[in-house]
Amino acid sequence: MSTRTLEWIVERMLFLCALLSVLTTAGIIGVLALETFEFLREVPVWDFLTGTEWTPLFSNRQFGVLPLIVGTVLVSSIAMVVALPMGLLAAVYLSEYAPDGVRRVVKPVLEILAGVPTVVYGYFALTFVTPLLQQVLPTLSGFNALSPGLVMGLMIMPLVSSLSEDAMQAVPRGLREGSYALGATRMQTALKVVVPAAFSGITAAFILAVSRAIGETMIVAIAAGQQPRLTGNPFVPIETMTAYIVQVSLGDTPQGTIEYRTIFAVGMLLFLMTFGLNLISTWLRERFREEYV
Amino acid sequence: MNVASRTVPASLSGIASSRGGHPPAEMNAPVKIDVDGLNFYYGSKRALDGIAVQIRANLVTAFIGPSGCGKSTFLRTLNRMNDIIPGTRVEGTVLIDGRSIYDSGVDVVQLRRKVGMVFQKSNPFPKSIYENVAYGLRINGLVKSRAEMADRVEESLRQAAIWEEVKDRLQESALALSGGQQQRLCIARALAIRPEILLMDEPASALDPIATQRIEELIYELKKKYTIVIVTHNMQQAARVSDFTAFFWLGRIVEFDRTDKMFTAPAEKLTEDYVTGRCG
Repeated sequence: MSTRTLEWIVERMLFLCALLSVLTTAGIIGVLALETFEFLREVPVWDFLTGTEWTPLFSNRQFGVLPLIVGTVLVSSIAMVVALPMGLLAAVYLSEYAPDGVRRVVKPVLEILAGVPTVVYGYFALTFVTPLLQQVLPTLSGFNALSPGLVMGLMIMPLVSSLSEDAMQAVPRGLREGSYALGATRMQTALKVVVPAAFSGITAAFILAVSRAIGETMIVAIAAGQQPRLTGNPFVPIETMTAYIVQVSLGDTPQGTIEYRTIFAVGMLLFLMTFGLNLISTWLRERFREEYV
Repeated sequence: MNVASRTVPASLSGIASSRGGHPPAEMNAPVKIDVDGLNFYYGSKRALDGIAVQIRANLVTAFIGPSGCGKSTFLRTLNRMNDIIPGTRVEGTVLIDGRSIYDSGVDVVQLRRKVGMVFQKSNPFPKSIYENVAYGLRINGLVKSRAEMADRVEESLRQAAIWEEVKDRLQESALALSGGQQQRLCIARALAIRPEILLMDEPASALDPIATQRIEELIYELKKKYTIVIVTHNMQQAARVSDFTAFFWLGRIVEFDRTDKMFTAPAEKLTEDYVTGRCG
């Protein structure tokens, strides 16, 4: 076989591989869109988005998705309160303070933390963190938003610190030297020059983290409960969008029914939220790259 | 060596001789920086070897020499900028105004306020023009009111000869300025905290001839108030702007003397070969 033919075959095969993943994505979006469309023919989109009760599996069916959205936002917010400051401070330490040797050890270790299966985090939240918190907060339910939120924050922290640290490392050394030369301390240089200069990259990391929290499934499915509830109280059981999808997928809901279609409608909503956030994050990172070429 | 090759190029000798009549008093200005027996190491590699030099107040001292000869490294030992590079080590003494800057009790922040620095590659912060100059004043807590801040920013921009060009757009990003303007902004930023010494690491090497000329004129103005140490690759520049010149070669100072003497009648053959472009 000539080299050219071989090249041709290799090129086609690589193209097919790329095509396959594109087709899969298109297929998923297609199915989501189709089932969502079917769902919205029975439930008006306004009722779906603004209704305050979510009981599609009960005899008195209500399709207001707000309780699921609020549950998702609640858990994600708790996670962010943990992950963003800790992640950023860890990144500042790793990028501006840590000696090379420490960074070479700590960064991979943090990244391993991100590689622990989320089901482990879920049981960690349910069987360790919740009982621990109950010692301090006796009114805390066995299922609640607080414990999975905190654990999710721990899980996402490495993502934040790793991406933020990359952004800070990309800040030219000349800017740091310019700051030191003016009599700035390390802390002043880190907080007033490096972090602002890496701002768009750090924001991109934050948004990606939010997106990750919103889409996170196992921890909340295990430890947050299955009670769609329109509440901001982190001590009681709630249900997130992802946990709802798990609940219905595991049950024996027949295909083609309205209950079945709810998971696609919720899935579509979830997809739009995370997709939007990822777009913003990518855009910010592109912009960041342009600033220092 | 024949007689013809000893002749310094006309362009250099012309400049040098035009400066030949320095009053002796100027050359006997007090010593601002006194360096003796300075060795510097990157890890185990010795970058500077037995540097001894006296830098006089309110004069311009130029460091020349080929790339990698240690002149930038030496410049950076004068404000302890090398401290931030891991694995570096200094031996010997550097006295500024008679006080050792490498003593354990020395506050590096105070030192760097006194010894300002301008870098080879202009490095304005990604902030507004105004904020770039205000930064050093803010972090050091040097001004008490907004009005005083505005005055100091204007004063610094005027000293750096860039005020007229930026006075109507102080809130715009510093990154929107041209290369030459950015470098003068960095000079303004360094002057804002009123240092006594200004270290300049090839401040014009990335600039076009017109921008370079402006920087050189500026240096001439600035030496009335500041002691200036400048590293340069450009020998004509050294001849034009400096009063004293040190020639670096492989981490040592080969020769240090008045600039006019260095460029017309150097004592060392290596210096002569270098300034006439025969080596390096």
